[in-house]
Amino acid sequence: MKARAGARSKKSHANGNGRYMELRLHVAGQSPKSLAALANLKKFCAEHLDGQYELQVIDLVKTPQLAQSDQILAIPTLVRKLPVPIRKIIGDLSDSSRVLVGLDLRDKEGAE
Amino acid sequence: MRKNRNGKASLRMTRLDKSPTGIAGFDEVTNGGVPKGRPTIVCGGPGCGKTMLAVEFLVRGATEFNEPGVLMTFEETSEEMSKNVASLGFDLKKLAAQKKLVLEYVRIEPAEIQETGEYDLEGLFIRLQHAVKSIGAKRVVLDTVEAIFSGFSNTGMLRAEIRRLFRWLKDHGLTTVVTAEKGEGTLTRYGLEEYVSDCVIFLDHRATDQISTRRMRVVKYRGASHVADEIPFLIDERGFSVLPSSSMKLDHVVSNERVSSGVKDLDDMLEGKGFYRGSSILISGTAGAGKSSMAAHFAQETCRNGERCLSVALEESPAQAMRNMRSIGIDLEKHVRKGLLRFEAWRPTQSGLEMHLLHIHKLVQQHKPAAVIIDPLTSLMMSSSDQLHSMLMRLIDFLKTKQITGFFTALTAGRNREIEETDVGISSLIDTWIFTRDVELNGERNRCIHVLKSRGMANSNQVREFVMSNEGIRLLPVYVGSGTVLTGSARATQEARERAESLLRQQTAEEQQRVLQGKRKALEAQIAALRSQFAQEEARVTLVKRQEERRERELSQGMQEMVSLRGSARQGKIGGRNGKEGAEHES
Repeated sequence: MKARAGARSKKSHANGNGRYMELRLHVAGQSPKSLAALANLKKFCAEHLDGQYELQVIDLVKTPQLAQSDQILAIPTLVRKLPVPIRKIIGDLSDSSRVLVGLDLRDKEGAE
Repeated sequence: MRKNRNGKASLRMTRLDKSPTGIAGFDEVTNGGVPKGRPTIVCGGPGCGKTMLAVEFLVRGATEFNEPGVLMTFEETSEEMSKNVASLGFDLKKLAAQKKLVLEYVRIEPAEIQETGEYDLEGLFIRLQHAVKSIGAKRVVLDTVEAIFSGFSNTGMLRAEIRRLFRWLKDHGLTTVVTAEKGEGTLTRYGLEEYVSDCVIFLDHRATDQISTRRMRVVKYRGASHVADEIPFLIDERGFSVLPSSSMKLDHVVSNERVSSGVKDLDDMLEGKGFYRGSSILISGTAGAGKSSMAAHFAQETCRNGERCLSVALEESPAQAMRNMRSIGIDLEKHVRKGLLRFEAWRPTQSGLEMHLLHIHKLVQQHKPAAVIIDPLTSLMMSSSDQLHSMLMRLIDFLKTKQITGFFTALTAGRNREIEETDVGISSLIDTWIFTRDVELNGERNRCIHVLKSRGMANSNQVREFVMSNEGIRLLPVYVGSGTVLTGSARATQEARERAESLLRQQTAEEQQRVLQGKRKALEAQIAALRSQFAQEEARVTLVKRQEERRERELSQGMQEMVSLRGSARQGKIGGRNGKEGAEHES
């Protein structure tokens, strides 16, 4: 399942980093943690990424073979495919400050 | 919130079924393998062979029991794993291509993971289930699942997930081997054994007297009997092999068939027929007493009968042993070339006792011999004599169950009585015990042989002299007389002395005969003399009688003459007639 939660945008980001992100959220069906993670991620993206991202939501119950290629163990897992290096954030993404650290956005936030 | 996959919970498990691993010896030790459809923990220190055991369990399952398996690794990539086990002859990639195996590498990289909020390990379950489903796997290996403890910080969650994982494996009826690292004072570092209550196997790898031995122990096996001892095992180019323990019962099939020892004179001492097939024979003796030569004879005899023989030499190289045996006219090389005789040699110090026996086990299984020769068994006894008895029992037991005649030699150090005492430890395991020893007498050492015991036959009680020539071994009857047993030149001199004595006795008898004969002759001469004396007497008496008669006649004649003279004066012619009568008398 792919869900495009954001659209590409040429508009410069509020943070001014101008970096484009490719994100992938791995969930397992409609489990509460998965749903919570998706909701938290959408909120986070809206707040911090200003449309400069592409998000795929992968339901491993439906496409289990993808769990191997992305080396997914914990659910939910958010994978930052781009920019490299790959980053993984596990959990329901309820703590947005840790998500910022996980996505390497922390310093920019801190400098603001 | 977790998806409950326990719907398939099986009720079919009324008793504990076992799943054979196919690993040599392992199934015997565990009486059938690991618990079927349940997880088993294999734990131990680094390098103890956990992974090898687990992988072989999968490979054997896939190749021998038609049970496909999933190999989920947490520390080594599938690529590395394939390379590691290639040395054991396992081709994981080929099995994967045949859909008999799924290699699933789970990479855990704590550095690239950031935790925010709640999570679980559903991903692991999804992957496992996907892998199991893709080939219909019956077996699973998780190597080493506790690696997840290094990747995630929420240990409470991890423990719950591990508990759920084991539950899940059970519910899906997957026979699983989970490897775990040994902890400080605990079986596993993270206490996994508390989640797996069915079967826990501990592997150990330690060195005693600089010799390292691998051992396994079944710590726990719920609802099943198993051997609780530490059992040695081996990992070599054919995989894992466990030395099976001795069976609890003494119920070998016994044979009444006899096999020749290869030395006719020895057979003669054993009812003329030799050993029983499948019995254990020990030849003990001092250095140079001819033990190896006896063994070579037996090997030759076995091969001559077209049977296979395994000879394990622990003191000499095969080439050297065969050269030496040629000197007594035994050509073993011929049989080696034919493939009947397998000559193996290794250094006794190369490994521990268990390893030697395990090697022998493996060789027996490969070569399938009718007889096994170990020369000398005592080389194995160098260390740890406390284990010796049980290990030898296992070996002999193993040979007996396979109806293999075991021929062992034992080197004894001391002389006479002490020797027999030294070997008491193993004597109870031996059916036929032959003793060779040196007898030192008059500046010579001679070999003597006797049968100390031989179960189930009326063996000879004689001590024989043992002579080696270029035609092999012969046993000579020793000189028995004057209350001592003599051998060698002492025997020869004694025999010569005997001959001299008997000659002397004979001469004496002849002399006496001659004396007697002389006596008889003397007596006869005496008799003859007496007789002639008597005859002379008789003749004299007769002569006297005649003279008397003649005198009387002459007297009477004289008187007649006188009468006639007086009468002739009147009658002349009468005198003429009387003169005629007198002439007749004189003749």
